[in-house]
Amino acid sequence: MPTADTLRASPGAGDTVWVERDPLIDRIPRPIAISMLVFGVIGLWWLVTGLAIVSPIILPSPAETGADLVFVGDNLRSGGYVLDAFITTTLTVIYAFLIAVGLGFFLGTLVGETKFGERAVMPLLVAIDTMPKVAFAPLFIAWLGFGISSKVALAAFIATFPIVVSTAAGLYAATENERFLFKSMGASRLQTLVRLKLPTGLPYFFTGLKIAAVGVMAGAITGEFLGGGKGVGALIRVSASQLDTPRVFSLIIYLSFLGLAMFMFVVWIQRTFVFWNKPDKVGGVG
Amino acid sequence: MRGTRPDLASRQTGEFEAPADAHRPVYEIERLSKVYPRNELRALDDVNLVLGRGEFASVIGSSGCGKSTLLKVMAGLIPPTSGRVVLEQRPVMGPRADIGMMFQQATLLPWKTTLENVVLPIEVRRGRAAARDATARARELLELVGLGEATDVYPGELSGGMAQRAAICRMLITDPAVLLLDEPFSALDELTRDFMNMEFQRICMERHATAFLVTHSIPEAVILSDRIYVMQANPGHIADVVDIGLPRPRTLDMINTARFGEIVSHIRTKLDREGFL
Repeated sequence: MPTADTLRASPGAGDTVWVERDPLIDRIPRPIAISMLVFGVIGLWWLVTGLAIVSPIILPSPAETGADLVFVGDNLRSGGYVLDAFITTTLTVIYAFLIAVGLGFFLGTLVGETKFGERAVMPLLVAIDTMPKVAFAPLFIAWLGFGISSKVALAAFIATFPIVVSTAAGLYAATENERFLFKSMGASRLQTLVRLKLPTGLPYFFTGLKIAAVGVMAGAITGEFLGGGKGVGALIRVSASQLDTPRVFSLIIYLSFLGLAMFMFVVWIQRTFVFWNKPDKVGGVG
Repeated sequence: MRGTRPDLASRQTGEFEAPADAHRPVYEIERLSKVYPRNELRALDDVNLVLGRGEFASVIGSSGCGKSTLLKVMAGLIPPTSGRVVLEQRPVMGPRADIGMMFQQATLLPWKTTLENVVLPIEVRRGRAAARDATARARELLELVGLGEATDVYPGELSGGMAQRAAICRMLITDPAVLLLDEPFSALDELTRDFMNMEFQRICMERHATAFLVTHSIPEAVILSDRIYVMQANPGHIADVVDIGLPRPRTLDMINTARFGEIVSHIRTKLDREGFL
């Protein structure tokens, strides 16, 4: 039984020992690295506004923005009009996401599983996807009015396509041998789809979901810019037209939390359901 | 986990009695041809072979000689263009429960445990309840290949050799009449491969399994087989049939004997040259 002492090797006489070290930039621990970057950016921001290089209407100082962040935060907590706007936008985003997931999954399965989908549905979807989708906003407003539904429609419209593509790609991911295995076991087409192709494609599907989670945010805010209503996008537009730039900044920052929450939710679901496939670790956020 | 596998040396010296119906034809192929209409490629031309019960046959040939096509036709995965393909007196008209298959990759489903993977063929054919009833048998099989400790582990934690042993169990769970093997150990490293070949021989002898192996390794074919079909391409046909007279059970030491060397060099002269250039 080796003891800890015998296991610990230490250089002796005649050993050619040398130390291998990563360069400094690779040795900074994450918390310090993040703080360095954040403080660096804020410092630069402070410098630019403090020296009056740009007008405060174009770029407010960090202090002004911070004060407004506190004000908007208070309003959110006390249930003011900003909270109402955030609830509206959050609902828009959630509805749009659910619609995009349902529609994207259905169309993606059609494209990935059937030749008809691959030959007929996919080219049409690609044609639609190449159009600037924001340009459809006036149509959705004309069809669905100035309420939440026109924003939901635009956001879902933008977010559906990445889910279609990723679902279809996932269905192609099963290897030939895996498909032969299922065929040799006498599996029906539905069995092969449900028990082999869909589980194999889950990591791809979740990649599409992450893109869609970001897409619905963009779609909802764009819809609110162009179609008014009660959401955060409308609030930002009003603030901007009043040259209240600190307000625009703080609203954007709070919006980013909503986007981040959506994204992390998808990552969490993925970790739970696709336990066998560790998501790509880009910055540890999946 | 590797340390727990059974002692092979002691098992291989055990006596194996042949069953009463030894060498009764199990798989019969007559005048089999396969033409792919898309490019008019004649993949198989007039292939004839008979597999007796308990026999181990191999087909060897260079890439593109049609050996994989032959295996797929035998597995009922693709239809032949002409000829008779008969397993246990019934023509093969599609995938069947009495055909067991193994591929170059273990193709275990990563979201199922080893045990769940082994009972998968039963789950697909007869439902979850039947699969649950088969778990005891699956455990026995996993014990047989030395994976008794790995039943509840996910395939991501298995080594290549362990995964292929689980694939062997999955193939055996339905008690197939014939085992079809598509280069099953060629993705493994040399040492694991030798071990798996011996392991596989032991399993086949214990069960009097009828097996048909596709490979491009001549020593592997010789050490495992009773008979080797040498295939040549354009069109794919059987160029030679070599009976291997070596006694069973085979051991890795036989590779160094003169007889083994003669067989290997004989087969090498019969193979297509162009496949190796």
